Amino acid sequence: MSPFLQLKGVQKVYDTPKGPQVIVKDIDLDIGEGEFISIIGHSGCGKTTVMTMVAGLTTPTSGTITLQGERVTGPGPERAMVFQTHALLPWMTAEENVMLGVAETYSRATAAERQGIVDYYLDRVGLTRSKHRYPPALSAGMRQRVGVARAFALQPKLLLLDEPFGSLDTITRFELQEVLIELWSKARTAALLVTHDVDEALYLSDRIVMMTDGPEAVIGEVLTVPFERPRSRHALLDSAEYYVLRERMMDFLEHTSAHAPRSPSASTAEPPAVAS
Amino acid sequence: MGILEAKGVTKGYGEGAAYHKVLDDVNLDVREGEFLAIVGYSGSGKSTLLSLLAGLAKPDAGTMSLAGAPIAGPGRDRGIVFQQYSLLPWLTVAGNIHLAVDEAYPDWSADKRREHVDRYIKLVNLSHARDRHPHQLSGGMKQRTAVARALALNPKILLLDEPFGALDALTRGSLQEELERIWQQDQKTVIMITNDVDEAILLADRIVPLTARGTLGAPIPVDLARPREHAALNHDPRFKKLRLEVTEGLLAVVGHKAEERGAVAALPAVRPDHERGKKVRSFFGLGPERFVKGSAT
Repeated sequence: MSPFLQLKGVQKVYDTPKGPQVIVKDIDLDIGEGEFISIIGHSGCGKTTVMTMVAGLTTPTSGTITLQGERVTGPGPERAMVFQTHALLPWMTAEENVMLGVAETYSRATAAERQGIVDYYLDRVGLTRSKHRYPPALSAGMRQRVGVARAFALQPKLLLLDEPFGSLDTITRFELQEVLIELWSKARTAALLVTHDVDEALYLSDRIVMMTDGPEAVIGEVLTVPFERPRSRHALLDSAEYYVLRERMMDFLEHTSAHAPRSPSASTAEPPAVAS
Repeated sequence: MGILEAKGVTKGYGEGAAYHKVLDDVNLDVREGEFLAIVGYSGSGKSTLLSLLAGLAKPDAGTMSLAGAPIAGPGRDRGIVFQQYSLLPWLTVAGNIHLAVDEAYPDWSADKRREHVDRYIKLVNLSHARDRHPHQLSGGMKQRTAVARALALNPKILLLDEPFGALDALTRGSLQEELERIWQQDQKTVIMITNDVDEAILLADRIVPLTARGTLGAPIPVDLARPREHAALNHDPRFKKLRLEVTEGLLAVVGHKAEERGAVAALPAVRPDHERGKKVRSFFGLGPERFVKGSAT
């Protein structure tokens, strides 16, 4: 039987004015049903490129992506995504944004059932009192809550999370991680999270895929996170093993990930042109 | 007595019944030459506190004083660096710093001012980029320029309002280490506002949590040797303990503001179309072209 989600020899090449540029290559990854996987790496390493290919928003230049044995050729509601830029429609309320996808995805449901689905997920993310507000009138954290509700409301087979909490402050990020993991534990859907936050990856994931720096990024190392669920942030922060794993990841990001060693002047370089 | 003191400071917005208190009985005593971090989340009044320290706003009650004298308004003795670099786009790195220096030291000769500007450009490692305009700079380089501009006016106190919040993790890490180096070299008093616990531990002598109610918690001293390095800190059991202490302090606050959940108990039993193998080619009812990064909203 084929794995739930399989990436096989996936490579992405973009044409640039300077000729073809390999963004990622040799990506082989199997994800099990209900598994929570994080992809971690520096800006520009192509982790978002991998995710958009799984989402079907771009196609691999070579290699294949299959979901339950079926080739991914385009986007679909069975792979719902939460975006860093939230991508909500500003002229629709929080509720209407969630309903947009629900209306399309539940063609057999009655109007009352659809409303019930929307209400349920808005409640789970703590937005019942704000559901009639428009995105510009919501805080950054609340907008991401809408994005999370919208994705879960489709009851997808696979959840794609593209740095969903990357632009939030620490506390809001903690809160949303709780909301996310609560919903995920119930839905038990497979999840693929792109992040550059080491602690976020450790708190949420079953396995962590560490990517080398781009261009020509590859999977450098895969880490299995042994902590039992449900996890307590306090217990994790207090455990010795947590810090061993954290150090391994930070060491990878600081040293192993780069093709050349990082020097103090590295950050003065222009940011990589291919950020996503 | 500290260089900067706040006593019983209260600040709010709105009139009468609509009055909303943001800071409540804040007491702070900043020692000369220390690096103090104030940690809180968005909406906890961090920026209000910084505005008061900068003299951009006045407290409703209580007193604030700098070197014993009440703070009456903004002054060159306090340099500020904001998260949004606030550089003038039509001026180069050197031009942006010059503007401030020329205004601050009109009596100096042109040569002396130029030397002064170049010295601070060198301090933040931007000599190679002195003639570039902001749009030719990465986020990290823009923030270095803003730091150089603030320091070039030789302030008594440097106020930093989430200075690295908009930068990616790698750039943030190297700027943090650089800031520590500059601070050790320059021996300024620094007050940094941040929501990043690791950043506070890496840089500060003391960490003061700002709670959801707008009060300051007890200062947490950071007794780690300098210079501090991200990688080495990870080994240090004291770092682990501090991280837990500060994080727990912040988490305790969360309960106060989270909206209630769980009122809608039941999810309708109806299942989505894709479970019946129906193919749909869209995201959330919209064609995929709407969701190319940055195109929506």
